[in-house]
Amino acid sequence: MGAFLRRALFFGFVAGLVVLHLALVGLIVKLDERNLINGLVTIGTVIPILVALVAGFLAARPMRRGELVIPTPMTGLLSGAVAGLTGGLMVAAFTWLADAYSIRDVLINASPKLVQILHWGMDATTGTLALIVGGAAMGLLGAVIRILPGTLRRGAITGLSAVVGLALMQTFVVQILTGLSLDFISTFFYARDGMTEPGAVVALVACVVGGWAWAERGHAVRTRYTTMTPTQRRNIRWSFIGIAILILLSLPMFVGSFLATALDTVGIYVLLGLGLNIVVGFAGLLDLGYVAFYAVGAYATAVLTSGASPAFAPQLNFWLAVPLVMLVAALIGLTIGAPVLRLRGDYLAIVTLAFGEIARIIFLSDWMTPYLGGAQGILQVPAPNFFGIDLRQPEKLYYPILVACIIAAVAAISLANSRVGRAWTAMREDESVAEATGINTTKYKLLAFSLGATFGGLAGALYAVRIGSVFPQELNIIVSINALALIILGGIGSIPGVIVGSVVLVGLPELLREFSEYRLLVYGIVLVAMMLLRPEGLLPNRSRRAELHEGEDDSKPDWDEQDWEKEAGAETPTPMIT
Amino acid sequence: MRRFRLGNLFKRNNILLTVVAVLVTAVVVIGSAQTIAKGRYTLDVWESFVISGVALGAVYALIAIGYTLVYGILFMINFAHGEVFMAGAFTAVFAAQALASEGLVAANPVLAFAIVLVVAMITSMVVAILLERLAYRPLRGAPRLVPLITAIGASLFLQYTFRGLYGAGIKAYPTFEIFRGSIEIAGLVIPVAKAFVTVIAVLLMVALYFFVERTRTGRAMRAVSENKDVAAMMGINVDRVIVITFAIGGVLAGAAGILYTLIFNQVSYTMGFFPGIKAFTAAVLGGIGNIVGAMLGGLALGLLEAVAPFLILEGYNIPSPNQLKDVIAFSVLVLVLIFRPTGFLGRKENV
Repeated sequence: MGAFLRRALFFGFVAGLVVLHLALVGLIVKLDERNLINGLVTIGTVIPILVALVAGFLAARPMRRGELVIPTPMTGLLSGAVAGLTGGLMVAAFTWLADAYSIRDVLINASPKLVQILHWGMDATTGTLALIVGGAAMGLLGAVIRILPGTLRRGAITGLSAVVGLALMQTFVVQILTGLSLDFISTFFYARDGMTEPGAVVALVACVVGGWAWAERGHAVRTRYTTMTPTQRRNIRWSFIGIAILILLSLPMFVGSFLATALDTVGIYVLLGLGLNIVVGFAGLLDLGYVAFYAVGAYATAVLTSGASPAFAPQLNFWLAVPLVMLVAALIGLTIGAPVLRLRGDYLAIVTLAFGEIARIIFLSDWMTPYLGGAQGILQVPAPNFFGIDLRQPEKLYYPILVACIIAAVAAISLANSRVGRAWTAMREDESVAEATGINTTKYKLLAFSLGATFGGLAGALYAVRIGSVFPQELNIIVSINALALIILGGIGSIPGVIVGSVVLVGLPELLREFSEYRLLVYGIVLVAMMLLRPEGLLPNRSRRAELHEGEDDSKPDWDEQDWEKEAGAETPTPMIT
Repeated sequence: MRRFRLGNLFKRNNILLTVVAVLVTAVVVIGSAQTIAKGRYTLDVWESFVISGVALGAVYALIAIGYTLVYGILFMINFAHGEVFMAGAFTAVFAAQALASEGLVAANPVLAFAIVLVVAMITSMVVAILLERLAYRPLRGAPRLVPLITAIGASLFLQYTFRGLYGAGIKAYPTFEIFRGSIEIAGLVIPVAKAFVTVIAVLLMVALYFFVERTRTGRAMRAVSENKDVAAMMGINVDRVIVITFAIGGVLAGAAGILYTLIFNQVSYTMGFFPGIKAFTAAVLGGIGNIVGAMLGGLALGLLEAVAPFLILEGYNIPSPNQLKDVIAFSVLVLVLIFRPTGFLGRKENV
């Protein structure tokens, strides 16, 4: 019991710190502009609640002290409440401090508005009390969820996250429903700003029940799938792929141009991610200057196709320019790659970072202005033209991007399963051993580098035509970090992971405009958290997962059948990325 | 990695490197010769470039020591070290502004400066210790790229946390009257601020040198960097030594932050990125893991950055060569890593 309470205090402390951090960087005030449930709950107000819930949930978890200790329900609930209370007290103390003293001269976000949000709009005394009591209550609720039987708990978690997700994705869902002329559904669930109250309740119940049902019955479905003959399984898989492609093809018809723009951006990042994945994921070379190839692709496209290119303007057709652009990018990849490939991992990372910056500074400098336009960039990059159809609109440009992504994904998958892919794996695992077995590591490294560069160049070309111009300021290290973060979130070396990563890290922020200035903060958190908690990513590829968890004992006691997999992943990470 | 020797140049697999080496040398020599032939800058101007370079180099050296100490012990590049540097300077600006509005800066500038310096050093130290404790310690023993990626994440996290806390704008330090003007030493006219930066940095480096070479803790640090396991068996608390290492790196980075503001006068949340990479370059240049190497590397890089754009690029009639000073610094990094990854004084097995 004592150990559990101590841990609860710790989790409560961390929860308090998390809320205070989010509050002081301004995230809570900023996200208060975004309604979740019409006029009732904003993202800003819901963040402290969710943090307290999670703290309570974690505090009620079993503890591993030599063997696994499962708390009695009483201890669990008490721990949850203590965790919530601790966090609540910390935040309450902060609101008191912010009211009593003017700390705003230094911490610009400690505004009266923030205190008001944290107090739920109540006056100082009631609000402070509400924070403490509410914190404890939420911690308790979190503990209750943890103590529920496995299937119900899954249902509750799925339900809660689904409602938050639905509310966050309002623009997207409403747009699609409108496109399908199903307005009556969207008017039931959504008000102008946030979900309606009945809509939120219905969605919550439906998602909790759905989540619970899947947790109860999902196992049977999976078992049936695994007992099928390979032919049947292949048919199912192909029909899923077919449906996915159909949806992807028809998406631009009903999402409108704002969402189509977001989709285009996601697509370009998928392409970047697939390319970087070859370098980082397959070959194990951490490249932090990937933006250089993207920039080269964008500039090469602009120079070759735009009439406004300052020095050399052949004004080629886009389709003619693309192969040239990819070739140029590949050559640049070879040139940069050749001298630095003998360096070991972390040095390679810094050198590539330096190359990325060199590229940006040179594009920006007065020296190159007569050729590349300097800070003004190159304007008027013409849109591609497909047999007379002008692809300027984002809905139409979506198709070439989609095609490029599919080609890249297929290429990446077949590469991974080829002799080349196996050579990369061997090299990634242990370079000396790979060399000893007769793999020409220099050749395969260069191959990875130039293939990655080719994909990056293609992404840059599409970027140039999407924006219609090229500016050096936009082609900075953030692009590299973005691509790296998305493949790490999705799972290094995993192709579905790249897609999930770009949707989450590039697509979601497009929908949540309020959020944009905190994007990089979140990337930072994602990178650190993934490395600490789940280095194999959200959707790891199978062999990578096995590599990362090979040290683990398969014969652990199944103390709680449903939980085994999750807990094992969360508590004993053995990161082994090479 | 083989050491770079002239003889190795002409082996078959080094043809590419030979070409690169010859090209780089040619570019440097021809550029410098043309610039000198043009005679656009007088000797006074060159002197002022060198003085700026030395001051800047001293700052780089202080930051570089942080990289080198951590690398020497943990074999990881603490990518977030630039942010540790930023944290101190960006926090201490509030202390400086408060002291200025209280009138202490005018009344007792030395005391005021000392307070600001201490605030920055403590802030940077705390950030560095937290970084080690929360982000790096759980990953001790993980493959090399895992802590590197964590460090990149931590760097972003710190940058945008400080942006959120203090705002995205640029903040200016109040001017300390005592640092105005110049002094003349042996015929050289040196701005007081730059002389002061150099002197403080050198004093700190000397102090660090004696700390590492002469104290018990310093000996423990050297032992841990030699061999962690054996050091642990000799009764050294390795975790404690690692924390101390990060703390020292943080203190020096905090001091470097304040000295940097004496040269450039303004702070913002992005100020750590370039000095961070350049200090890393300096550490590599001097031989990573080697403290004296980091000091020399910093000095060399500062000088190169201040002099080279004008000396080399001017000769090719490149407009505004100063825009390309970062390119020079990064090219140095690339060239050093290609030709002599162990740096001037580095240990051989590190690369």
